[in-house]
Amino acid sequence: MAEIILHRTGPGVTLQDMGRKGYLAQGLSRGGAADILALAEGAALLQQDADLAAIEIAGSFVSLEVTAPARIALTGAPMRALCDGAALAWHASHALPAGAQLELSGSAGGYSYVHFGGGIEGDDMLGSRSAHLAAGIGQMLEGGGKFPIGADRGSRVGMTFAPLPRFDGGVLRLVETPQTHLFGQDVLERFTATPFSKDARGNRMGQRLVSEGAGFETAAGLTILSESIVPGDIQVTGDGAPFVLLSECQTTGGYPRIGTVLPCDLPRLVQARAGAELRFCFIPLDEAVALERAEAKRRAGLRSAAYPMIRDPHDMADLLAYQLISGVTRGDDLERSAS
Amino acid sequence: MASAHSEAPEPPRISTLGVDGMRVSFGSTLSEAANRAALSFRAAIEAEGLMGVEETATSLTSAYLRLDLDHADHDSLRAKIETLLGSRDWYAAPLPQGRKLWRVPAVFGTDLAPQLEEAAKLAGLSPDAAITALCAAPLRVQTIGFAPGQPYLGELPREWDIPRQTGLTAHVPEGAVAVAIRQMVLFSVSTPTGWRHVGQTALRLFNPDKPDPFILRPGDEVQFQPVTREEFENIRTRDADGGAVSERLG
Repeated sequence: MAEIILHRTGPGVTLQDMGRKGYLAQGLSRGGAADILALAEGAALLQQDADLAAIEIAGSFVSLEVTAPARIALTGAPMRALCDGAALAWHASHALPAGAQLELSGSAGGYSYVHFGGGIEGDDMLGSRSAHLAAGIGQMLEGGGKFPIGADRGSRVGMTFAPLPRFDGGVLRLVETPQTHLFGQDVLERFTATPFSKDARGNRMGQRLVSEGAGFETAAGLTILSESIVPGDIQVTGDGAPFVLLSECQTTGGYPRIGTVLPCDLPRLVQARAGAELRFCFIPLDEAVALERAEAKRRAGLRSAAYPMIRDPHDMADLLAYQLISGVTRGDDLERSAS
Repeated sequence: MASAHSEAPEPPRISTLGVDGMRVSFGSTLSEAANRAALSFRAAIEAEGLMGVEETATSLTSAYLRLDLDHADHDSLRAKIETLLGSRDWYAAPLPQGRKLWRVPAVFGTDLAPQLEEAAKLAGLSPDAAITALCAAPLRVQTIGFAPGQPYLGELPREWDIPRQTGLTAHVPEGAVAVAIRQMVLFSVSTPTGWRHVGQTALRLFNPDKPDPFILRPGDEVQFQPVTREEFENIRTRDADGGAVSERLG
């Protein structure tokens, strides 16, 4: 069985999949990849199931090799990727020869993912291979670690796709929470008019946001009873700064919540670079539900959105191995498929 | 467990929680009846097996339902919830079946639990009287939450309506017993907290290596049994379960 050998890892490198469902009542949140979309993208590039585990790198570095030829895909926050010194394209799939050294470094922030054809087969605990550090499940990966790779049913590499833009901030859409009204109309208006950026203290549990000017605390909210909370909820703690809960958040909380970020917009929060501007806007629930359903459909169709990378023929030592004729189009395919 | 509260319960309220969740709240303040209603209602929702309900949980006074948006919509689910809510008096409903009473040895005070005196003073009691009061009766697991397997136990008599600290204790160890606002928390992980650390158990509430990694369930009851520092150290070294024993509660 092929294995991954981790040579060096920085902090914040973990094994992640879609997380654990079904344990909320016992105080264990779902956890899983900080950027679920990046997992789906890697699975689409490798044409495999989206619930296989991948390596998540939180603004850090990794060097590794595999003991047998493997396919990899690189998604999420772009990093500098070198295979035995040669640059690899991000948002793409590649062949990784046995013994070749894969070096990943130089992220501008956010979460990056390395996927393997067949997935990584770390220890399954309660139905998931995800480390949930806040719950004491699993741990950060360290140099010297080894993981088996599952049987790879695919063979295609050199695929790429256009990732959903999510690395430069933008507007995050919110739905109301049972406590939104506690903040008062003037505070809500100021909240949605304020540009925020990420505080350096973010982690997989949550991301604090900072802004110029006054905070957004509400006196009415300081006495509310603890109750169920969900990823995307924006708690306003005593200092008035919004704190957005993420995949490893606790399951209950007593701070007032000003709004809940749509799950389909969370990747734009977790992947926003330091200094990127984030804003909030409330939308009605029915619109949010429609957006979630549309995004789930788009994610499910990512496989067909992957296409071969265009490479410079001078760089292609294996040029003759390519079938260069099929794929010629009539020239108006896009117009026809759009109509 | 009788509650000191006697005000009439608030009618249940349904609201959405996030894009794919619904919350049924049985009270904005904690009461025995509201907690009972939340536990019973969640058990009933589970028994109904409603299409599109992926997962349910309770907090102190509310039930949470997470939906699969591919197979559920808010309007039809809300209608089903309203029907179920109207079918009986949830505040007087029996607690779910299969609950257990746990007797858990704990050392109170000493350097293992350094805030006993401070908490006792806030409750207007001597440290010895405080220990007696905290161990006098079984406390219900009102909810499990925040961290895996972590129970909120209550409700304590009114003199224990003491506030949380304004500052945080940097960390309490796993198995710590802390008190505030008429509740005790038994910590499942080492964590910072604003609750006052009055007791220490050797319980491991969450063990992910076990097939069933959680000891307690919402609705269970816990009665602490005070032990000396020496007895506690013995339990800690020889008993993997922290000396906890359980019996069925009907």
